[in-house]
Amino acid sequence: MTAAPPIVTEPPALPAPDAAAQRLGQWRRLPLKAKSGVILLGVFVLAGIIGPEVSPYDPSYQNPAPDLALKPPDAAHLLGTTQSGQDVLSQLLVGIRLTLELALIVGVVATVLSVIVGVTAGFLGGFWDELLSLASNVFLVIPQLPLLILLLGYLPQKGQLATILVLSVLGWPWGARVIRAQTLAIRGRDFVAAARETGESTWRILAVEIVPNEVSLIAANFVNTVLYAIGASVALAFIGLANLNSWSLGTMLYWAQSQQALQLGAWWWFIPPGLAVALMGTALVLLNTGIDELGNPRLRDANRAFRVGGHRQRPADPTPVLQAAPVPRGQRTRLGRFAHSFSRGSLLDEGRQP
Amino acid sequence: MTFILRRLVFYAVAAWVALTLNFFIPRAMPGNAVEAIMSKFPNLQPSAYRALEAMLGVGHLGSLWTQYWAYLDNVFHLNFGTDVMEYPAQVSTLLGETIPWTLTLVGTATVIAFFVGTGLGIVAGWRHGGWLERGLPALMFLQAMPYFFLALILIELLAVQAHLLPLAQGYAGGLVPGWHWAFIGSAIYHALLPAFTIVITSVAGWMLQMRNVMITTIGEDYVVAAQAKGLPSHRVVFTYAARNALLPQLQGFGMALGFVVSGALVMEIVFSYPGIGLLLLNAVTSSDFPLMQAIFLVITFAVLIANLIVDLLLVAFDPRVRAREAAR
Repeated sequence: MTAAPPIVTEPPALPAPDAAAQRLGQWRRLPLKAKSGVILLGVFVLAGIIGPEVSPYDPSYQNPAPDLALKPPDAAHLLGTTQSGQDVLSQLLVGIRLTLELALIVGVVATVLSVIVGVTAGFLGGFWDELLSLASNVFLVIPQLPLLILLLGYLPQKGQLATILVLSVLGWPWGARVIRAQTLAIRGRDFVAAARETGESTWRILAVEIVPNEVSLIAANFVNTVLYAIGASVALAFIGLANLNSWSLGTMLYWAQSQQALQLGAWWWFIPPGLAVALMGTALVLLNTGIDELGNPRLRDANRAFRVGGHRQRPADPTPVLQAAPVPRGQRTRLGRFAHSFSRGSLLDEGRQP
Repeated sequence: MTFILRRLVFYAVAAWVALTLNFFIPRAMPGNAVEAIMSKFPNLQPSAYRALEAMLGVGHLGSLWTQYWAYLDNVFHLNFGTDVMEYPAQVSTLLGETIPWTLTLVGTATVIAFFVGTGLGIVAGWRHGGWLERGLPALMFLQAMPYFFLALILIELLAVQAHLLPLAQGYAGGLVPGWHWAFIGSAIYHALLPAFTIVITSVAGWMLQMRNVMITTIGEDYVVAAQAKGLPSHRVVFTYAARNALLPQLQGFGMALGFVVSGALVMEIVFSYPGIGLLLLNAVTSSDFPLMQAIFLVITFAVLIANLIVDLLLVAFDPRVRAREAAR
């Protein structure tokens, strides 16, 4: 009788990856869109943090020198000057901070509100769910800007705080709706039932079982809310509903418009703040699409499509089985290229259709 | 019909919420709006003081309840009071002059953007990973741009530099508005650039959503089955996949519409377009509260009605909605 060779249960010890390398690996695996979004956003956050310190001039200082009015960009004023001789670059650097600050605060407050409303509605169900869902849907269908204008118009002070307040109060419904749907789905899962059986309190179930399972959704919602806050605050300031003595991207555009930058041909005056808004927005949209792709392989695979036998093939498609006889070009269908069985994920998707 | 009925009730609730908000906002906010208005407009008659008080709820004019009913009665009869900026013009007259402009411009542009965006989304979803897909980041950039900023750039490029299109206004100066060709032609010519702005900024949103739903739909078994039957590609794409992928698109229309309208209002300011957005700006800059309130109501109601129309379309398109009706 020969002794069976001992079964090695321990895998050979791998060199433990240090945390930094691991993080680098995670970063590499991020979709390209998310990466570019993070980098672009990082540039603006950096500008927001150090901007006011490195701005070359006082943004409000009106240089009386006659040749400094509406001066196109040059070495001394990299982005030129406004009609009253103010340095556009300095305004931009200071303005990015104010706009970002506002958007981030609104993002946090509105997201917290939407988590509270969404989780409450989804978890309690019944009457509360009906009421809170109705409220979110009503506020989703009422156009935001006129209501914002009305609220802000009646406020005696139209500073940063008022804008943050008004935007936060109206910024929660979309997130609440999405989070409610997710809560509804999680509520029925076994681990929640188990937690309830073991006698955990409702608060603990909410805080430990439900909310942590919605983190990615909440993150996406936060990004969306920041996007909304930037757009809305810039639009409101552009109309003149802001503290016009402070410098934000919106007030920059307001002054450029009201002092006829366009008619005077001073493109360097209104392009930088608008471009900054657009780029910040693009960064956030990219980030969100990236988060989306991380969770939905079908969306992600476009970037990693590869060719098999001349046809584009994506990782989430079923294993390609090439047909012996090439199908004539004219009558090629997707099926003609390779035999499908059921495509992966189709069963999972059924519950997702509204 | 239950679906339609439920939606009708929902829109009625939404309309009531908007009306009630509109009633309570001036009463809940600190400061005396009437004093602010009277000090800003010295040409107002003392009689206007009382009228403003009644409308904004300052002073003691009966219980809140009676005020509320009087207010609802006024709104129901389209009586939004007297305007303070262009005293003694009626607010409803000012609205009547501007609404057609905005309605035509935003309505047409939104419908065009919806069709173009959905069409592009179908192609991008079907040819997933194709060249259209690579253009997406550029479209996201356009989408992230504030409407009014894109308007500024387009004016700079197409009107100031190239002299192709007019800079501003809704029609050429000197023309008398009316149903004659000179005016209509001029109005269309002046609307091209604003409409183009709306289409460009809103097309990406429709496209992105349609593409995402298309990609999911194409993986469904019934689409695979349709292909297995050997149906021609265009039939599979449009009759099987796109038709179903269109439903979430239509359902999302309501929220998107509010967004588009908001953006378009601010954009009108850049073009000095004689629509409701410009009126709103004037109302804001001159603290013309009655006008601001009336505009809020009018825009909200327009969006609610548009939503109702989309819901009717949804019933026509989605057999599941009808099936649910039948099952009841």
